[in-house]
Amino acid sequence: MIGLYHPGHSLVHRTPMLLKLLLLSLAVVLVGLLGQLWQLGACLLVVAALFLAARVPLGAAWKQIGPILWILVIAVPLQALFAGWTTAGLMAGRLLIAVALAALFTLTTTVTAVLEGFQKLLRPFRRWVDADRVGLLLALTLRCIPLVAEIVSEVIEARRARGTQGSLLALAVPVVVRSLYAADAIGEALAARGLDD
Amino acid sequence: MSTIDFDGVSHAFGERMVLQDIRLNLTEQRIGIVGANGSGKSTLVRLINGLIRPDTGTVTVGGLDVARHIKAVRRQVGFIFTNPDNQIVMPTVAEDVAFTLRRRGLTSLEITTRTQAALERFGLDQHADHPAHRLSGGQKQLLALAAVLVGEPEIVVADEPTTLLDARNARSITELLLGLSQQVIVVTHQLDLLADFDRVIVIEHGRVVADGAPDEALGAYRELLA
Repeated sequence: MIGLYHPGHSLVHRTPMLLKLLLLSLAVVLVGLLGQLWQLGACLLVVAALFLAARVPLGAAWKQIGPILWILVIAVPLQALFAGWTTAGLMAGRLLIAVALAALFTLTTTVTAVLEGFQKLLRPFRRWVDADRVGLLLALTLRCIPLVAEIVSEVIEARRARGTQGSLLALAVPVVVRSLYAADAIGEALAARGLDD
Repeated sequence: MSTIDFDGVSHAFGERMVLQDIRLNLTEQRIGIVGANGSGKSTLVRLINGLIRPDTGTVTVGGLDVARHIKAVRRQVGFIFTNPDNQIVMPTVAEDVAFTLRRRGLTSLEITTRTQAALERFGLDQHADHPAHRLSGGQKQLLALAAVLVGEPEIVVADEPTTLLDARNARSITELLLGLSQQVIVVTHQLDLLADFDRVIVIEHGRVVADGAPDEALGAYRELLA
């Protein structure tokens, strides 16, 4: 979800996150139950219309959906070989629709909306679970992915500069140590922003 | 202007004494703190919003003992770190600024309005929905500043905020800090940036060795370095 959100004010963007997630789940189940190719074709048209309504640029949509097509290029002929072209077509259609709908959710929903949604879901359990803390935990997990990726990339570069490319130890130790330092610093920053009150 | 008082403050990390019997009354609007690496200047400013607790002595901010009123003090004291990457918590720029306002009992509309105003003030409104980690170093430090100031603190403490920046970004961050209406306390190694400050404090081996107007204090510091 990091960096995938495409800002907008369309109906798809404005739909509450929990409703969107519920509709996504129902649609995926429904698509799994459809048994005719024409039905899946109609669903694909609806999905395309939703992308148009959300005004998601073609490039951003392709980035999300493109990789699944590569898998289908291999999987469809194999499936056709063992179960026939109709079954292979149904499998491909279902997968494509599910991935496209999930991508649409990601492209039109902010991380904050997802966190707030989960906090709402957890609210009935507030006696046992601190929903704010769980939300913060999820946000930090998402935030730390690019941070750790940057650490790994810097360590690989340093390792290359010192001619120790082959050493796994020369990668693992500095990455772990620097990640722990970063975690410590983020903890301090959270405290400074009043998060350990 | 808030008053920050250090009364007989000492602090040690294990066996190593980093601050010894500090007695300071900080009332000026622009205060610079300089000193060699490991001299204790970062520890000194971390005491102001309770990131570090003194072993002996007390620190008070606006009459509130930091050790006993940590929540109230942290609302008054915004803190900017050297590396903004460690300060950015949320994935996108707007979400990180808005994060400061959570748990403050504000409505969604108030949070959105204040966030938007802060982003516009720092020229980040074009990047509102962009991933924070893809900003440049200077923009990240601007984001850190926006995220602190949206909470409307009375005091802004910055620990080497320009160390990782190029000269132009360092100058622009310093000018922003100088232009704030809040009391600003800056730890830095870039002595030329302190020329317009009201007071400069020099720390050496955990003690205040010079304290006064920039010319006078920086002169004493340069002698120490010679």
